Amino acid sequence: MSTIHKSPWLLHYDGSSCNGCDIEVLACTTPVYDVERFGVINTGNPMHADIFLVTGGVNSQNASVVKQIYEQMPEPKVVIAVGTCACTGGIFKECYNIKGGADTVIPVDIYVPGCAARPESIIDGVVKGVALFKEKAAKLAASEKAN
Amino acid sequence: MTVQTKVILAVCYIILAPVVIGLLDGFDRKISARMQGRKGPSVLQPFYDLKKLFEKEALCANRAQLFLIRSYLMFIMLSGVLFFAGYDLLLVVFALSTSAVFLILAATSTHSPFSSQGTHRELAQIMACEPMELLVAVGFYLATVPRTFNVEFISKSFSPNIIYLPGFFIGFVFILTIKFRKSPFDISTSHHAHQEVVKGVTAEMVGREYALVTLAEWYESAVLYGIVGLFFMSRNPFSIVYAIIAILVVWFLEIVIDNTSARVKWQLMLKLAWGVTIIAAGMNLFLLEIIRSNIR
Repeated sequence: MSTIHKSPWLLHYDGSSCNGCDIEVLACTTPVYDVERFGVINTGNPMHADIFLVTGGVNSQNASVVKQIYEQMPEPKVVIAVGTCACTGGIFKECYNIKGGADTVIPVDIYVPGCAARPESIIDGVVKGVALFKEKAAKLAASEKAN
Repeated sequence: MTVQTKVILAVCYIILAPVVIGLLDGFDRKISARMQGRKGPSVLQPFYDLKKLFEKEALCANRAQLFLIRSYLMFIMLSGVLFFAGYDLLLVVFALSTSAVFLILAATSTHSPFSSQGTHRELAQIMACEPMELLVAVGFYLATVPRTFNVEFISKSFSPNIIYLPGFFIGFVFILTIKFRKSPFDISTSHHAHQEVVKGVTAEMVGREYALVTLAEWYESAVLYGIVGLFFMSRNPFSIVYAIIAILVVWFLEIVIDNTSARVKWQLMLKLAWGVTIIAAGMNLFLLEIIRSNIR
């Protein structure tokens, strides 16, 4: 039985967020919400990460950074856009330097709306992300077997 | 000890060390979480993490890295086998030092700035720990009658060696905080997720490579806890109970240190390590020599 979903390590990247969503992401690791009880570790290293949390919209300066972080993460991996800005660009959408949501540069799996996204909805998104992570891991294992 | 017993002990070490240390690590995370007012993950979490890392995609910047990491693991296992089968303590310490060289080579092979920075700190940490590790071997040599480095003889001493070596014990427990990669958040690589140099020496190790490093660290911890226990071993068959109690006390102490000194920096850690080594182990060595010369 695969237990891969019991150990999802998160990588949190702040695009051009107002920091509202970032504070809420960090709030998830505090004693009140304690995401570590699901085996989540908030890692700082893309090479060790399974779930990529992006907050804030993507601008022309950080587009390459977001792309590089995504590419450095080993498969299977899941991307979660946290907050309205990361989903669509939010109130910054019309700005000359903003490309839009995270999905303008990398494939996003799960969208968590909210301005700022509440810790409860972030945890909900992470739990959905973990289920998808397990699914992707099973697919990867099956394709490896086929090869 | 017969050769058969030695082989059985060595095999027990290879099979049981990851299980025991993994469980201790799981309880460590649970207790740490409770100390911080959180629920914490399952006690089996370290095993889930290890299994997941083996299942991840193999990405590596340099093929030599995996070979170097395997060598790191092999040398640590060799030192553990030598220790638990009751061979030379000095050889155990040297095998551990040799393994560290392979970790450093593996980290530098990728030329990542974070690994390089981690390597510099790892070298500084080795500089801080190594004198104490060697002194422990010397201490056991001087305390046993007749003088020997043989772990089997040391574990069958007339009285527990902690009586002669309290300073060595304090010094050794002090460097364990560094060896277990505990609190200071800017050491070469920390068990805590966020740290100054990303993940230091392990920053570029992906999936299986990182899993092997974790496994090697578990095997190394088993040897270090074994040395803690050796201080309490004697001819008395019940001494093994005292040794296990001592190991559990030291394990808990490390958790407390970890949770109370989160903002200690590596510079202070190094200064303290040498200070404690010189004062505690140095004084003990000096007194041991005086006692010995008087007896003679």
